[in-house]
Amino acid sequence: MLRRVWQSIVLRGPVVPRTDRDRAFVTVHTLLLHLRPVKVPARTLRFTHTFGLGGSSLVLISILAATGILQMLAYQPVPVVAYDSILSIENNVGFGPLVRGVHYWSANLLVVVLLLHAARVFFTGGYHGARQFNWVIGVSLLVIVLANAFTGYLLPWDQLSYWAITISTGMLAYVPWIGTALQHVARGGAEIGADTLIVFYTVHTSIVPTLLVGFMAFHFWRVRKAGGVVVPPPASGDLEEAGLKAGPTSGTAAEKVLFLPHLLMREVALALAITAVVVVLGAAFGAPLGAPANPGMSPNPAKAPWYFMGFQELLVHFHPVVAIVVIPLAGAAVLLLLPYLSDDDEPAGAWFLSVRGYRAAGMAALCALAVTPIAVVTHDFVYRTWPGATTWLTGGVLPLAVIVGASYAFVGVLRSRLTLTRNETIQAAVVLGGTAFALLTAVGIWFRGPGMSLVWPWAR
Amino acid sequence: MTRRKSRITPPELPAPSAAVLPGEQPSGERRRFVVRLAVMLGLAGLAESAWVAASFLRPRQRDAGAASLFVAGPLERFEPASVTAFPSGRFYLVRLKDGGFLALHRECTHLGCTVPWDAAQGRFVCPCHASAFDITGQVLNTPAPRPLDYFVVRIENGLVKVDTRQKLSRTAFDPSQVTVA
Repeated sequence: MLRRVWQSIVLRGPVVPRTDRDRAFVTVHTLLLHLRPVKVPARTLRFTHTFGLGGSSLVLISILAATGILQMLAYQPVPVVAYDSILSIENNVGFGPLVRGVHYWSANLLVVVLLLHAARVFFTGGYHGARQFNWVIGVSLLVIVLANAFTGYLLPWDQLSYWAITISTGMLAYVPWIGTALQHVARGGAEIGADTLIVFYTVHTSIVPTLLVGFMAFHFWRVRKAGGVVVPPPASGDLEEAGLKAGPTSGTAAEKVLFLPHLLMREVALALAITAVVVVLGAAFGAPLGAPANPGMSPNPAKAPWYFMGFQELLVHFHPVVAIVVIPLAGAAVLLLLPYLSDDDEPAGAWFLSVRGYRAAGMAALCALAVTPIAVVTHDFVYRTWPGATTWLTGGVLPLAVIVGASYAFVGVLRSRLTLTRNETIQAAVVLGGTAFALLTAVGIWFRGPGMSLVWPWAR
Repeated sequence: MTRRKSRITPPELPAPSAAVLPGEQPSGERRRFVVRLAVMLGLAGLAESAWVAASFLRPRQRDAGAASLFVAGPLERFEPASVTAFPSGRFYLVRLKDGGFLALHRECTHLGCTVPWDAAQGRFVCPCHASAFDITGQVLNTPAPRPLDYFVVRIENGLVKVDTRQKLSRTAFDPSQVTVA
């Protein structure tokens, strides 16, 4: 009887697969495993090829769903009451601080892991050919995850969340023509209050998770349709030679191994490791909770969540429309169009395209590392001593023209000096912009004190 | 990875049968019209659904109750050149040196932080991005793009009342914004 039930579940397959044939059978006939191929190229298994970043994101999202649903059972999305319900999770609910802490750390780690995942795909050229549109889906997923991290920020209704949301929704008002309407939709009215909290709660717990599941399914399906992750060139030989040898049809040459157990066991191990990391972080540090929200008193300084500090730093330097609309939209457009801007005939899978590409990217990073801090400090001095420094012209058009012109010239010089290909040039340009933005984020997180003045991190 | 040729060939479809009613053109004007009509109806349906969703998202109308005329207090309570905070009304009642009243919205026009009144410096200083405003709400320090918003002040029977129903924005301070006692 029991045996018949079990057999009906596993479709008369083996209970414990012992032969390769059984393993292939189990892969094909198991709900979760049949999404994966029976065999995968052996070279893609090496951890340092993908660092398991995509899989780690999936694990973190699953942990977030589990801990999030648990918290929905104890949380009340009503101002003031919300704060008390968080206090109650912290003090009266069994393992409440652990669940909340794991949710918090998973969310933050997820943003880091996704950014690294995007960087890995970008630097190994995993966005050509059949993968072009999957890059676009991936960028959308990043935006969706950031939206969820952000909407979760308001829910505790403490000072930090209240003022971060005030400032962020305040930014919406600068969007030309539809800004005020957009702001009122986000806030559920003109002011931040009960209507805002229910909007954010619903977006956080239903709308975004639904989108996330849909886009993830699309993303994974396209990975599968593209024949799995990009296959790296042979390990021996230098990058340049390998890149040439591998060619666009490198996948066919690669030796293949069974998904079960070779890839599956690696994935399970990584999933357990990631889970262990967030559980330890959550148990050791928990999630922060400040003083209850006080609409009458803005804290000084009032800062956005760390992943938005780059934008807040832009806001210090540029006219609001430039910082809030022009630069983010231009950045998003470049990111989304990246697969279509670059040449499609590059051999995928080699890090940084070539030795030359690596050198150019390194120089671009060094340039951004040197110039950004100087620009930040100089401009900080200028706008504090000269009140007209953030008008349309002086804080918008002029600095933007200087930055775009200088970057264009720098990348142009790199291109002609190192005789870069189109894709190597684009890579250098993206590294330049990305490093500058990362530095702005770091300045915002660690070097801004009261009144958004520049301070040393240890003096804060 | 090269694409494998599909091993399954689709079954031969029967050729479109000549099931056309007598006297009807197989792909005529009428068919095109019906297809176009169906597409348009579909688009209209989508537009209606989008309209429903957009209307649902539009902020709910709050009834402007009688309490929207905020009674700040008797005239004599406010000294000339003073700033009094009314947290529940979200404004500062300013009495200028000449005795005129001005009700300033407490939110910074940059990004909406609450600006405290710094009595020692005689200015409003925003804690978020260091914007500063003078006692009439004019910008002393950017990044704030315009003066603090204000509400209309009325003086009735020696009582100072502030109309908090409507927040008014302005590009500069003008004496017409001041209510003289």
